[in-house]
Amino acid sequence: MANVLEDVGRNTLSHLDYVGSLNIQLWATLRAMGSALPFVGNRYRWKETVRQMLEIGVDALPMVGLMAICTGFILAMQGASELRRFGAIHYVIDLVAVGFTREMGPLLTAIAVSGRSGSAFAAEIGSMKVTEELDALKVMALEPVEFLLAPKYLAALISVPCLSILCNVCGILAGGLFMFFSTHLAPGLYLRDVMASIQLQDVISGLIKSVAFATIIAHVGCQEGFRVSGGPDSVGRSTTAAVVKSTFLVIVADAVFTTIFYFTGKA
Amino acid sequence: MPIISIRDLVVEYEGRRVLDGLNLDIEHGETMVLLGGSGSGKSTLLRQIIGLERPKSGSVHVKGIDVTRCNPLELKTVHRSIGVAFQSAALFNSLSIEDNVALTLREHTRLAPSIIDLVVWMKLAVVGLADFGKLHPQELSGGMKKRAAVARALALNPEILVLDEPSAGLDPIVAAELDELILLLKQAFQMTVIVVTHELPSAFRIADRIAMLHKGAFSSVGTREEIRASKEPRVRQFLDRVPGDIAHTPAVAAYLDKYMQVQET
Repeated sequence: MANVLEDVGRNTLSHLDYVGSLNIQLWATLRAMGSALPFVGNRYRWKETVRQMLEIGVDALPMVGLMAICTGFILAMQGASELRRFGAIHYVIDLVAVGFTREMGPLLTAIAVSGRSGSAFAAEIGSMKVTEELDALKVMALEPVEFLLAPKYLAALISVPCLSILCNVCGILAGGLFMFFSTHLAPGLYLRDVMASIQLQDVISGLIKSVAFATIIAHVGCQEGFRVSGGPDSVGRSTTAAVVKSTFLVIVADAVFTTIFYFTGKA
Repeated sequence: MPIISIRDLVVEYEGRRVLDGLNLDIEHGETMVLLGGSGSGKSTLLRQIIGLERPKSGSVHVKGIDVTRCNPLELKTVHRSIGVAFQSAALFNSLSIEDNVALTLREHTRLAPSIIDLVVWMKLAVVGLADFGKLHPQELSGGMKKRAAVARALALNPEILVLDEPSAGLDPIVAAELDELILLLKQAFQMTVIVVTHELPSAFRIADRIAMLHKGAFSSVGTREEIRASKEPRVRQFLDRVPGDIAHTPAVAAYLDKYMQVQET
């Protein structure tokens, strides 16, 4: 019994330590963000931010687009199979449009970015730690949070919402294709119904989620990298942990946001 | 006044004492070699001197600032006057050699890009890598990486140059070339040089003074001649390459006897 309590206590402390570290890292990054901004910040940092935006955003376009198209088809087909029985197949449009804008777009994007970029952040920073590059940065009077994390975080804050919008568009277009082939609904009419079903607050709630997901992915990925200790094998473990933890936290955050939006009448 | 002053330095990792009450002064323009076997605490001492870790107790004053207790801003000021070449070179793999050397110049100075390019070329020329600036670290040999790390450490003209195992893993010729480079740099820039090594020829070639570490304490500190003439058993054991008693423990001897008996039958 004492051992069980000991384990519970140790795990609780360990999780609290992790959350505390994430918070400290977040505030340190927010303080350092100015250096990564264009015009007012350090131009080399901004250059790195743009490079990161290309990696997080542009390179992920095909993957996110394809995932969104597949999910759009799945959502439309699954919805249609049930709604058809009630003669309400027309509501597939609402299902796809609202479902993607509020939920599927930000979530799918976050899962894709977590797998691609969250793991890459952990691997990059973890490798740098193993090879003493982080120590080298410190003795060169450069702050790793400002030098490494700030550009990645800023890039994620810009790229993830943009990817999320693209994901919404692709998913909704897939729903349109399904409606065209299954009910011969004209694309113009489909788009008109989509625009009628989506409200501005749906788009805003989706974008708020995207920003929160970007924060989770960037910080969990980098935190896992900074926590690497030992040899190259720990880099592999941190990469896996980055994906698992960020995906888990993204889904938890999604549930929290959805609950808030539901009870405040915004969803 | 010494440029680096270490007083009663104690470092522990999870209750295990790694450095045990060290005291050492390093003067301006001196080349101090920290000599010792594996696990003697050389690299730990080095990390304390450059302010990468905090000790359990004691102090390390670098240019009058206690790096064990100073605030991050003061530590950055100290770091700007120290150039460090790590054992693994620790070059940034995503950057070319030129960009590695240019990094601190871009971050800490307001020099025009053309001037930075010129300074970078000069630093690379000093270490004999002027023609290799466009390459990335993974395209260089071990010796070239070490020299590139020295060039990067020299970028801001530091007062103190710290080299962690500069000749480790290098063939004797390249190691000797690095020794000559260290002597040249000291002569040209009049800097204080701290070298961590366990290579005896290298230590006796470049050192003004040698501090011999054994199990976290200095067993002897003195000039090359004093260390060579030392009668201190640990120093003699190290210099005369006398094996330790690990291979002669009763357990190992018993195991070997048993093994030999099995082989014979």
